[in-house]
Amino acid sequence: MSDLPSLPSRPDESQRLAALRAGDEAAFLALVEQYHAALVRLATTYVGNPALAEDVAQETWVRALRGLERFEARSSLKTWLFRILTNTALTYAKRAGREITFSDLAGDDDEPAVEPEKFLPASDPEWAGHWAAPLQPWGTEGLEGRVERRELLRQVEAALADLPPNQRAVITLHDVEGWAAQDICNVLGLSETNQRVLLHRARARVRRAVTRFIEADQSAGEPTDA
Amino acid sequence: MPDSTLTCQELVELVTDYLEAALPPEDCARFDAHLLGCPDCAVYVDQMRATIRLTGELSPAALSDEARRKLLDAFRDWRAQPGAAPSAPA
Repeated sequence: MSDLPSLPSRPDESQRLAALRAGDEAAFLALVEQYHAALVRLATTYVGNPALAEDVAQETWVRALRGLERFEARSSLKTWLFRILTNTALTYAKRAGREITFSDLAGDDDEPAVEPEKFLPASDPEWAGHWAAPLQPWGTEGLEGRVERRELLRQVEAALADLPPNQRAVITLHDVEGWAAQDICNVLGLSETNQRVLLHRARARVRRAVTRFIEADQSAGEPTDA
Repeated sequence: MPDSTLTCQELVELVTDYLEAALPPEDCARFDAHLLGCPDCAVYVDQMRATIRLTGELSPAALSDEARRKLLDAFRDWRAQPGAAPSAPA
């Protein structure tokens, strides 16, 4: 058994850890400010409702404090904290009768990124598998700062909420929280490949939702030709 | 089929591997070659990039005062336990 951590923790992290262990309230609050919202977000993917997710996140902090003396900094504080969260959330989910299996892709929907009817059929002599109709650019950049962009973000939020839990967990950590793939794999117990498959499906679904919204918006409101 | 060209339908399934730099070099080259000749797939990739940007703009919910208070209470309880925080400042 090696008594050296496999990865040295960053200096600021060991200072942080020392402050926490010393009972420094400010250090604890800083950590809470940094991670609590993300903990709640991830917990929601396991337990479904936000109030229960808040309980799971609170319980996570209590468990983390209790385990602080035993934490050996083999992983980052962040990874350690989120692992405690997933364990806690699984316990709560099981109690609530929700079956969550993050690593199992088999039972998952195997839907394509884009509806098959958007492409020319295999019977097409020349262009099988190519776009059946030109793809319209969204022009979302032009919406910068306008009301439509807020509405667009609401649509994205709603699309995320509609995702299967495993896809939602991965896209939340990767694209909302900006985590590295390796950290996500560590916390959710996924292989890199499965992590990317889930990310792929999640992004494709969000893209479809945004496309539907923009197309509906364009056909409803804007002048079609001028 | 090393020389087979990519169809649009195939490309859309590779886009995440492409954007996450997980495509093998030869597939990456096919992907890039397809994009050069296919404005629709270029639009698709732009839409995926825009999707990622939009998702990245979602702000995590703010920490409520109640949650902060509860957590601070939990922290003080933990600190008050014998042996929990040996070097706790007075």
